[in-house]
Amino acid sequence: MSKEYEAVIGLEVHVELNTKTKIFCGCSTAFGGSPNINVCPVCSGMPGSLPVLNRAVVDKAISIGLATNCNITRNSKFDRKNYFYPDNPQNYQISQLYYPICRDGKIEIETENGKKFVRIHEMHMEEDAGKLIHNAFTGETYVDFNRSGVPLVEIVSEPDMRSADEVLAYLDKLRLTIQYLGASDCKLNEGSMRVDVNMSLREKGTEKFGTRTETKNLNSFKAIKRCIENEFERQADILDAGDKVVQETRRWDDDKGYSYTMRSKEDAQDYRYFPDPDLVPLIIDDEWLERIKSNQPELRDEKKERYAREYGIPEYDIGLITEYKELADIFEDGVNEGADPKKVSNWIIGETLRLSKDTDKDITEISFSGKHLASLIKLLDEKKINNTIAKQVFEHIFNEDVDPVEYAEKNNLIIKTDSGALAETVKKAIEANPKAVADMKAGKKKAMGAIVGFVMKEMKGKCDPAEVNKLVMAEIAKL
Amino acid sequence: MYSSKEIRSFTAVELGRKIADKEITSVEATKAYLEQIKNTEKDVNAYITVMEEKALERAEFIDRKIADGEVWSKLMGVPMAIKDVLCMKETLTSCGSKILGNFYPTYTSTAVQNLLDAGVVVLGKTNMDEFAMGSTTESSYFGATKNPWDLNRVPGGSSGGSAAAVAANSCAAALGTDTGGSIRQPASFCGITGIKPTYGRVSRYGQIAYGSSLDQIGPMAKDVTDCAAVLEIISGHDPKDSTSANRNDTDFTTALQNDVSGMKIGVPKDYFLDGIDEEVKEKVLAAAEKFREMGAEVEYFDLGMVKYAIPAYYIIACAEASSNLERFDGVKYGYRTEKYTDLNNMYKKTRSEGFGDEVKRRIMLGSFVLSSGYFDAYYVKALRVKALIKQAFDKAFEKYDVVLGPVAPTTALKIGESLSDPIKMYLGDVYTVSINLTGIPAVSLPCGYDKDGLPIGLQLMGQTFNEKAVIKAAYSFEQNFKDNSRHSPLYE
Amino acid sequence: MQITDDMIKYVAELAKLELSDDSKEQAKKDMSDMLDYVNMLNELDTAQVEPMSHCFPVSNVLREDVVTNVNDRENMLLNAPEKSEDSYIVPKTF
Repeated sequence: MSKEYEAVIGLEVHVELNTKTKIFCGCSTAFGGSPNINVCPVCSGMPGSLPVLNRAVVDKAISIGLATNCNITRNSKFDRKNYFYPDNPQNYQISQLYYPICRDGKIEIETENGKKFVRIHEMHMEEDAGKLIHNAFTGETYVDFNRSGVPLVEIVSEPDMRSADEVLAYLDKLRLTIQYLGASDCKLNEGSMRVDVNMSLREKGTEKFGTRTETKNLNSFKAIKRCIENEFERQADILDAGDKVVQETRRWDDDKGYSYTMRSKEDAQDYRYFPDPDLVPLIIDDEWLERIKSNQPELRDEKKERYAREYGIPEYDIGLITEYKELADIFEDGVNEGADPKKVSNWIIGETLRLSKDTDKDITEISFSGKHLASLIKLLDEKKINNTIAKQVFEHIFNEDVDPVEYAEKNNLIIKTDSGALAETVKKAIEANPKAVADMKAGKKKAMGAIVGFVMKEMKGKCDPAEVNKLVMAEIAKL
Repeated sequence: MYSSKEIRSFTAVELGRKIADKEITSVEATKAYLEQIKNTEKDVNAYITVMEEKALERAEFIDRKIADGEVWSKLMGVPMAIKDVLCMKETLTSCGSKILGNFYPTYTSTAVQNLLDAGVVVLGKTNMDEFAMGSTTESSYFGATKNPWDLNRVPGGSSGGSAAAVAANSCAAALGTDTGGSIRQPASFCGITGIKPTYGRVSRYGQIAYGSSLDQIGPMAKDVTDCAAVLEIISGHDPKDSTSANRNDTDFTTALQNDVSGMKIGVPKDYFLDGIDEEVKEKVLAAAEKFREMGAEVEYFDLGMVKYAIPAYYIIACAEASSNLERFDGVKYGYRTEKYTDLNNMYKKTRSEGFGDEVKRRIMLGSFVLSSGYFDAYYVKALRVKALIKQAFDKAFEKYDVVLGPVAPTTALKIGESLSDPIKMYLGDVYTVSINLTGIPAVSLPCGYDKDGLPIGLQLMGQTFNEKAVIKAAYSFEQNFKDNSRHSPLYE
Repeated sequence: MQITDDMIKYVAELAKLELSDDSKEQAKKDMSDMLDYVNMLNELDTAQVEPMSHCFPVSNVLREDVVTNVNDRENMLLNAPEKSEDSYIVPKTF
């Protein structure tokens, strides 16, 4: 009979910080370009080059630390982690082992059993490695140092999570927090957020931790969930068979849906960490801390509370809007322009999300201005365009961030307030549709559609259907 | 018109003045030194690279600027030599190693750039112990450098090429680097003057690192005045080096005063106990007495910690070196082995073939003391001892302006004499390494000759960032000491 | 301190050095001699002494987040033992 197990999970999360330059040199962090163009003697490990720390990296690391309730290490240092690999040009990585920038944090997550805290053991700053591109044709590996030296923070949690859902809740909270701070875009699929899962099983009700494995190469939330479920089964089978789980590093293959051994503890590296003599201690004084504190943006939980209080929009709307900082920014910009919060919200959770889905555009890439959305709502309120036109214009706001007033005017979409022209057209419509008029008189209200449709067509949609209705009724009454 | 020989008879500062006054052109000066290089190199082997064409082109350029009335510095137009550990753009920078035997940097070290900005002409790159690890300049991939005073003897090291070039008068002045005595000891063996500045005084950017917390670039020259003038140019804050000091007290030539009255000089008694040559001891103590005659207050005291400096130094230096030299792997630059089966094999063969024995010895030791299980017992222990050594010096400098001692326990050794026993060779660094561990400045200058006529060096150590005190003391000694104007037989 | 074959092998692997049998024996001797020599540091009681990494109290040397690099790929790759037109080449790593 198989026993009942409980998963014990801790995470190591690497987050690429979105500074303009690398952590120890002035090379751009832009990627997607040709190999080895954002490279200098420092980040390509040329002899005699020396690292100088980027202030913005420290600012962002502190900011994340504060938002995750960490203690900020007032006297922090950098260490060298020594290992040979071609993506690591110095053959040591500059990291923080002995005095990491942050320690002892926690973040609150929602679970099916209510709220709980996941503790953060520590968070440190370090440099990213370059990229290795395998050439199957030549059987060689090409090395590109564009990413070498891009700043990372590694956030190490305590083994406080017990299920895949808790892991996802923690990661989602972490992602949103960091996105809200503007410190990283946290994209798993692009590698700006990387997750290693440390996991062991123990019998339910027992305290002692089992032997853990570490799994790497998890490029989506879905993969993480599958991997945890898969690893649970794997370890449970081993334990049920009376065998021992081997402490090792595993690699997840998402196509095949299983993980395999990368390296076992026996060939674990001896990194020979020691303080990097090329860098001096980092002392975070009260002033520095206060500066970061006073510049901390509003985080999601605070926003949720404020939206309910100040704007009175439904909780459902608030949930969707605040799930992405990009959406929350658009919402707030729109509302600050004086637009009705509920109307702004409707456009965001309605058309915006629909277009994002239809056009396959990641929500984090949505960047139109809330001001333009507010102008669009104003045009509608003033009946200068109708709903159908508004949706058309919105597509252009969504895609190109056009100014709706300029756009509508340029494309002749504004409803003509020239009541003379409209009255003329109504008269023309009545004359052109004698059958419909007769039907109307006979009480068939449906016939109205043909007449209004004629007017709308003649006016090329630039009129308010309600207004047309009213005029048609009045004209018919005169007959 | 001056003859080549007359041109070379001037110190760097004298030559600079004559160039500025248009009495001598930079081209004439450069040719004079290139001629001496031709005369002496086959015997001395002080240079790895001689840049004849580039140097003459540069001198012509400098002469045009001078003709236009421009004066960039005291040393404008003066031909100098640079230790091959300092990167120079598009110039072979080998560090005395096979593994960098074809390395042409895309950047110039800050210290050399400062010299170039001052109008100095670079004659070439000088020989050195491989990766600056050694005290004899015998471990260079490019062959040993010989001591111009006696070609059967070593010039000291690791900056032996720079020291020998100055001693053979095949440059007007040179740059060296000092991690455990590598400027001061060869200066002593070659009868020239050298300064190891305070750690942080001169930017290390572009200096191929050996022990990053100990390395410092400094001048090696004909006299104290030249050293001060060079140091003034190469010092200063560099945003590219996090450990570079940002200070405005780099006007070192203002300290060239012949006046030690009231100066407090301490002489560690524990520097003269055992292992030191009688003749060296005698001359160094005579120098101390000379200072007393000159009006300084000289006192003998116990410094303490003397014998612990070498073990602490070798642990720290080798640990840092093992990490600093990891980047030499056959991937980005330098040597790669011909045949290999896979990546790991490529790394190992490249490094085993590319590094010499002494470098490998230090990498092995350094890797060991950092490895899991030994880190605290060796590396951390050494850092604690370093703190104790610093305390001992701090205590001394509460009482004294300058501490006086020998540079090395002996005069120049015979070639091949020290390579067989590494520890014996390391013991020769007893008076120099603690200066690097504590980061303080020190000067090495001649204070006499042994019975074979080989120069003996005097070391004057100062408080952190107080180069001016040691320069003043050294300059005063130089002015008052009568027997320091001898030259090597090759010098002319 | 006795240095065993395993220890030398282990350290050589860390240091990525290949030692011939002769040089392995020499390395064992050198390291053993040197460790015996440096063991004299144990004569000192350093329990109350803080390890000193930097000699002076310098801290917070930082640069501003401003891009300064220019594309110098062509020149940098000139030094590479094996390269393509835009990358360094190493034996396969997978």
